[in-house]
Amino acid sequence: MEIIMSVLAGILFATGVYNLLQKQLLRIVIGTALISHGAHLFILTMGKLKTGAPPILVKGVEQYTDPLPQALILTSIVISFGVTSLLLVLAYRAATLNKTDNMEELRGSEDE
Amino acid sequence: MSNLAIIPIIIPLLCGIIAIFFHKYVKAVRLFSQVMSIINLGVVLWIGWLVLQNGTITLATGGWEAPYGIIIVADPLAMLLVITSNIIGTACVFYAQSSLSKKQEQFYFYTFYFLLISGVSGAFLTGDLFNLFVFYEVLLMASYGLIVLGGERIQLRESLKYVLLNLFSSMLFVTTIAYLYSVVGTINMAQIADRVQQVDQTGILTTIGMLLFFVFATKGAIFPLYYWLPKSYIVPNPVVSALFGALLTKVGIYSIIRTFSLIFVHETNITHDLFLWLAGFTMVFGAIGALSTNNVKLIIAYNIIPAVGFMLMGIGLLSQDGLAGSVYYLLHDMIIKAVLFLLIGALVYVAGTSDLTKMKGIIHHYPFLGWLFFLAALVLAGIPPFSGFIGKILLIQGGVEQGQIMLVVVGLGSSLLILLSMMRIFMRCFWGEKEELNGGLKPIRSFTWPAAFLLIFSVLLGVGAEWVYPYVEIIANDLLDPSIYIDSVLKE
Repeated sequence: MEIIMSVLAGILFATGVYNLLQKQLLRIVIGTALISHGAHLFILTMGKLKTGAPPILVKGVEQYTDPLPQALILTSIVISFGVTSLLLVLAYRAATLNKTDNMEELRGSEDE
Repeated sequence: MSNLAIIPIIIPLLCGIIAIFFHKYVKAVRLFSQVMSIINLGVVLWIGWLVLQNGTITLATGGWEAPYGIIIVADPLAMLLVITSNIIGTACVFYAQSSLSKKQEQFYFYTFYFLLISGVSGAFLTGDLFNLFVFYEVLLMASYGLIVLGGERIQLRESLKYVLLNLFSSMLFVTTIAYLYSVVGTINMAQIADRVQQVDQTGILTTIGMLLFFVFATKGAIFPLYYWLPKSYIVPNPVVSALFGALLTKVGIYSIIRTFSLIFVHETNITHDLFLWLAGFTMVFGAIGALSTNNVKLIIAYNIIPAVGFMLMGIGLLSQDGLAGSVYYLLHDMIIKAVLFLLIGALVYVAGTSDLTKMKGIIHHYPFLGWLFFLAALVLAGIPPFSGFIGKILLIQGGVEQGQIMLVVVGLGSSLLILLSMMRIFMRCFWGEKEELNGGLKPIRSFTWPAAFLLIFSVLLGVGAEWVYPYVEIIANDLLDPSIYIDSVLKE
């Protein structure tokens, strides 16, 4: 199971990076979202996947899921959600003001 | 165990939230921010004094003992940096009222400022690697708000690149933490360090260490990852540039100092030798960049990069003198970069342009500004007896001790180039024949006094090295012996 999840995280990273290297702004934003999904999936996989066990650590319970990766993932999801929404607004404003969403044309020149 | 450790994070956070509620009333929010900055500075100074006298203060948040909960560790290094950040922040708040337009002040400048200070203090104080990531995000979120403040075309364009780059490196940070968690099974920095010492196979840990270095190097602008820095640091308002230049890259450097003196010290012939090479390249390319342009703001922004190289050199040496030099240089550089950005902001304001070929003879109209700038240039280049000199001589001493003669020569050469780049500004903009200014004399007292206030600290750091150095020496000793940090966190 861990292998499959790792491969899936890898695919998400690969597609994310591919999109990040595009010229169109919206594709880049989607690329960052894909990369963050990959990273989150990866945290979950690194904490070992188990089914049917609660994330509780008390005396007497021997079967338990590691609660820490879930806490980390939750924090990280919230942060990347916030940053992605900010990025969308920023991209929209930048595209309207600069009248282009092509990164090649957003380079800027020396005389500004 | 004491709640004092978290106070430097809590006060600015609350102030930032309170400032939201009356953001429209510029005068009220301005006064509130100024008063609260000074109060916060006083509180931080007091906590810093306690830490330097009685040793590290730790706090297990929510009563969850280490290594299970999040630990806040106020050790001498962290507190010294928090104090310096707050001194800079206070000067910037007083500078902001004349530098920013009324509309920019209304649009939550003070809220973002307080959140930035809170995030920076948190990043310095936390003892938990994932919590470090969270505080990075807090300070980055605030910086995203500050960089677009004003919403001009060029600002939006550059901030887009800034946000994208930081988002990517943050995601790498999370991935690296996941790797580290699967290897050592903890994210508490002290416990990671403890367990890393016991692991036999260190290959995978070195790889993880390099990945972590990549993340911090991106935030700290180390060669070859500095390309994003100069342009995105010159587009916002000067006061925002000063905050960025003084605080943001230094948080990256602090994280490298912390992790590579505490955790990844098992294969220094790979990691720390690479740092020495990168330090050399960072100094050379940064100094060349500073000479390559006629834009005064860009010259100052490029000057951030060689300073980062000097600090990295001390970490690469990993010796008493090297680390003491790094820490001293870190303190010096935070203050002097803020001073320079503030002074350049005033210069551009009075000249009406940032092209140095179009200015001359400013010193005839604004002598105080001119001499302040001259003094700041000397401090930056490390002319004795100012603070840059003390940091550099420690680094050079450490370099010569370990036989890194080439790197010492490169460092000294780049210092000369830095001096040249600063003198270019001074000679082109301030010297020259008296010229009638279009628009007449402008009142710039509120621009120069905050810069002068910071410059006093910078000069004190150099002339009063005898008082500051013992503390820096203690810090370097602590850094060289990871067990001190581990014991202060894990064994209460």
